[in-house]
Amino acid sequence: MSLFRLAFAYARRRPLSTLLVVIMLALGVSTVALTLLVTHELEARLTRDAAGIDQVVGAKGSPLQIVLAGVYHADVPPGNIPLAAIETLRRNPLVAQVIPLALGDSFHGARIVGTEPQLVAHYGGTLEKGELWSLPMDAVLGSDVARTSELRVGDRFVGSHGLAEGGGSHAEARYTVTGVLAPSGTVLDRLVLTSLASVWAVHEHDHDADAVAHREVTLALVKYRTPLAAASLPRAIDRETALVAASPAFETARLLTVFGAGVQLIRVFAWLLVAASTLMLFVALAQTLDERRYDLAIMRALGASRGQVATVLLIESLLLGAAGTLLGLAIAHVAMAATGWWLPQAGPLSAAARHFLPEEWAVVALAMAAGILAALWPAWRAYRLDVAATLAEG
Amino acid sequence: MFELAGIVHRYGVVTAVAIPAWRARTGDAWLLAGQSGSGKSTVLHILAGLTRPTAGSVTVNGTDLGRLAGSARDRWRGRSVGLVPQRLHLVSALDVRDNLRLATTLAGLRVDDDRITALLEAVGVADLADRYPSQLSQGQAQRVAIARAVVNRPALLLADEPTANLDDAHAAQALELLRGQAIEAGATLVVASHDARVRSLLPNMFALPASAGDA
Repeated sequence: MSLFRLAFAYARRRPLSTLLVVIMLALGVSTVALTLLVTHELEARLTRDAAGIDQVVGAKGSPLQIVLAGVYHADVPPGNIPLAAIETLRRNPLVAQVIPLALGDSFHGARIVGTEPQLVAHYGGTLEKGELWSLPMDAVLGSDVARTSELRVGDRFVGSHGLAEGGGSHAEARYTVTGVLAPSGTVLDRLVLTSLASVWAVHEHDHDADAVAHREVTLALVKYRTPLAAASLPRAIDRETALVAASPAFETARLLTVFGAGVQLIRVFAWLLVAASTLMLFVALAQTLDERRYDLAIMRALGASRGQVATVLLIESLLLGAAGTLLGLAIAHVAMAATGWWLPQAGPLSAAARHFLPEEWAVVALAMAAGILAALWPAWRAYRLDVAATLAEG
Repeated sequence: MFELAGIVHRYGVVTAVAIPAWRARTGDAWLLAGQSGSGKSTVLHILAGLTRPTAGSVTVNGTDLGRLAGSARDRWRGRSVGLVPQRLHLVSALDVRDNLRLATTLAGLRVDDDRITALLEAVGVADLADRYPSQLSQGQAQRVAIARAVVNRPALLLADEPTANLDDAHAAQALELLRGQAIEAGATLVVASHDARVRSLLPNMFALPASAGDA
């Protein structure tokens, strides 16, 4: 008959109040944990997708738009840039690598990206089946695209015009799937890759032969040869050409700041929930203390020390706190996993469900501290209880 | 055995209890008689080490209670005193059996489930072992409280107004049970009561003067 069992017995004797406190706390904790998990996963993905890309070069437009279009494939690009500009960049001694991207069409909601095989290498992508593109109209599917479209190597498909689903289709230009990439956890998973020549072929069929001389790409991903390039190259590009150089690191940080303010707000509300449940726990304990004074007096008469009767209340509070916290964390992780099924767009974020972040330990610690806080005053009253007077009242 | 010497207890300036001397031998069965408000409960609490008298000494089986403080006093009480309170309070969250287990645990002793079962049988509530206090009648709760009071084989068995609200037959039964359990546990019994019926049922009596004050 340990004090722990006694505390558990008391919690069980008033199931409604216990349940209410546990659920409230679980809601608060799960919301806090969800914001942590989402933010962490989002930051990790944004960072991973932008890793190793020092600049994105595109036509005049906002740098954020250029990064969103070129790195995350989440915005429309500002316009096209001449192929010659790519050649010029490649000749610059400060530049290690330039990966051109030609955008414009999509398939099954995924972007068709005309590029060079270096893009796959850059993200560390590997082929699961088949091989990379070699001829015009060969296409390689990212793992997510392959899964949702159910296309296999050798299948053919038609791209639709524009970056959103539902644009007019290029019925006369059919792509052939030559390969499928293994999941990489990067933006590659959500893309259809093909050669620059394919994109040109789809869009130039009605132009005159002259078009070949004026070929364009949409964006270029640039890697520096030396960090020193950061000091001079972007300014040179902005000044000397009709192009804009945008830094993914900078724009991503800006984006996360905006996003972070919203997350912060949600988190404040979540902590308010935790605080409210702490208050409820306190009220529940303080109320039950009045009913339980005789019980406590009897326990003292049976040989319990002041510390022991106070400890029962502390244990009870911590038990409820632990139950709410564990339930909350479980809800958060299950919810993250469930998002993957219900909301395919958020699917990649659901990977967070499998991680336990160090910050979550902090949530556990804070929730336990709340449990102690709620029990402090009731425990103190139990500690100070006048046993003889209470028994005499009886 | 116990010995009270020069006991005075005051609440503020009011003297609630004054006992110059009272000695009891091991195995004695005493009635602590007195009108309501004569300080019977206070004397029981002093004997149980729950109340420190303003002056005087209490010795139980050779232990001077004045020398025990804090949790040592609590532990002594858990092992040496069995208290049957006036309102028969059992711990509400625990069933009958766990109430007896709790008494043993809080005294820092090892739980002996066989003894608990035997005790519940002896006081006639073996079939109620899994009930909660709210499911017991007053008489049943009193029997459980008596079993709980003797579970640790205390040196002192103290009962506060055990016959209040009982008819003659049940009053006699309750006292018989207390005496029997005190003998079985080897305890000195003190029953505080203003009930005239108890007088004939206990061999020794210590009467508190009504004029001592109001508790």
